[in-house]
Amino acid sequence: MRDFADIWSYLAQTPLIWLTATLVAYLIGDYLAQRAGRAPLANPVLIAVVLLALVLWASDTSYAQYFEGAQFVHFLLGPATVALAIPLWHQRAALRRALLPVLAGLVAGSVTAVLVALALGHWLGLGPALLATLAPKGTTAPVALGISESLGGSPTLTAVLVILTGIIGAVVVTPLMNALRIRDWRARGLAAGVAAHGLGTARAFQVNPQAGAFAGIGMALNAMLTAFVAPWALRLFL
Amino acid sequence: MIHALTLILLCQLAGETMTRLFGWPVPGPVLGMAMLFVLMLARPRLAGQVVPAGEGILRHLSLLFVPAGVGIVGHLGALGTYGAGLAVALVLSTVLGLAVGALAFVAVARLVEGGKPDA
Repeated sequence: MRDFADIWSYLAQTPLIWLTATLVAYLIGDYLAQRAGRAPLANPVLIAVVLLALVLWASDTSYAQYFEGAQFVHFLLGPATVALAIPLWHQRAALRRALLPVLAGLVAGSVTAVLVALALGHWLGLGPALLATLAPKGTTAPVALGISESLGGSPTLTAVLVILTGIIGAVVVTPLMNALRIRDWRARGLAAGVAAHGLGTARAFQVNPQAGAFAGIGMALNAMLTAFVAPWALRLFL
Repeated sequence: MIHALTLILLCQLAGETMTRLFGWPVPGPVLGMAMLFVLMLARPRLAGQVVPAGEGILRHLSLLFVPAGVGIVGHLGALGTYGAGLAVALVLSTVLGLAVGALAFVAVARLVEGGKPDA
């Protein structure tokens, strides 16, 4: 029988092991999130990232080595962004009926979130690279990574900020909307999709189907709008 | 399935090519999304073919952020130094974005719908 260290040194050079590890870590995260009743804080991505970070640290593996395998999953972010046209298409009738309120909520919510984040970040002393990393954090991950990269930010840190934003949005949206006495499910959902992307959308679907549908609209439209708002807003603070 | 995937990849490829060709600030896949949406509106039969494959990808959307998220191991230093500032910026921008977005929707809906939201 061969030494385990030999087998490990062979496997560590192939993409297979880290591709498999990524999927296994996600399945564990998804299982734990399900056990926790899909509570917003028990996010499968967050759990998977922590697990993988621990495994990389324990096995003394570099991120570059890990990415050799994980890049096959990472690649799908592009096609997934294109596929966001599908929820938008499903909601085309609702979108047409409420076009003006949707556009108002989209622009107001998106611009507010980006400007407040950048103004606070600037005031708290974050440098240009960190501001570029922060600017697209409200939009869905595949789009946010692309914008962050093109602005000179750090896509990996943006990915983490995007997930944290989604968790914050999913946790605060219901109490916040109740406090503001907003009862229109379309408004509540749209705001959740615009400010907290997929995690806000998932939360909105849990609360009310109409809110979920409008959250999907907000997420898809904000993916396009943020590509214009983030570079424009960033220039104001550089 | 293969037709739908090919169409999605073609939209992405066209998007990437156009944003680079014209130097637009939009990521290629976002332009690809807009193109696919227009195609689906123009050709309903095409839409029927794209939906199952596209929804297959979207069902596991959160899995796709994991590799990028693991990159956090290289940024623990930055998070330690700027963690508090980033946390404040994230929480306040999300809360204000939610509030302003929802209030703007309600205000405009009241204007155009005369105060009675349909359904």
